[in-house]
Amino acid sequence: MSEKLAMIVESGTTDKLMAASILTAGAAAMGKDVTVFLTFGGLMAFKRGYEQAPMVMPNEFKGMETMMAQTMQAKHIPHWMKNFQDAKEIGNVHFYACSATLDMFDLKKDDLEPIVEDVVGVAYFMKEAEGAQTLFI
Amino acid sequence: MVNPTQISKEIDARGSFCPGPLMELIRAVKTAQVGEVIAVLSGDPGSIKDIPAWIAKANHEFLGMEDAGGEVKRFIVRKSH
Repeated sequence: MSEKLAMIVESGTTDKLMAASILTAGAAAMGKDVTVFLTFGGLMAFKRGYEQAPMVMPNEFKGMETMMAQTMQAKHIPHWMKNFQDAKEIGNVHFYACSATLDMFDLKKDDLEPIVEDVVGVAYFMKEAEGAQTLFI
Repeated sequence: MVNPTQISKEIDARGSFCPGPLMELIRAVKTAQVGEVIAVLSGDPGSIKDIPAWIAKANHEFLGMEDAGGEVKRFIVRKSH
């Protein structure tokens, strides 16, 4: 069994961020080293002020945002960022921002949540992903 | 089952959503002393498989799982290292 999980989070929709965050927390709990590479929508979701950002659902779930938000509140489902933060607290978890995406959207590392530790290119991610179970979300 | 007086700490994670109960248990085990017995209450059906899997992986001692009313289970673990 691979002791590393490498994840490319490209989607910024709430459903996929939820899935990615729960997988990260579970992998960290099971002792895997986790590398999360944030790009495009996934990186935009990690901008400071994410708490105020509205829920975004993909086309197949369009129109369900309000209902989802109510359900999440009623069932005490944590924000996806909380799962990522918990994962980092209990395990060896690293978040990296895609340098090309930052450049494309004229963002700086300081515009991102502090959980993102560095700005890297794809080659660095490939090095970190060596021997890892890899997911693209 | 485990003598309740042996349990030094019980975490109530009943309102916590997957993987919350496991995360709360991990935190409690981390800060506990070796040999201490920790219990966690969870209503998440995923915990039935998740918590014993984590305990085995982390090399602690799983002392058992018991019904704690309705869907809620109490998981008991001894920190072994």
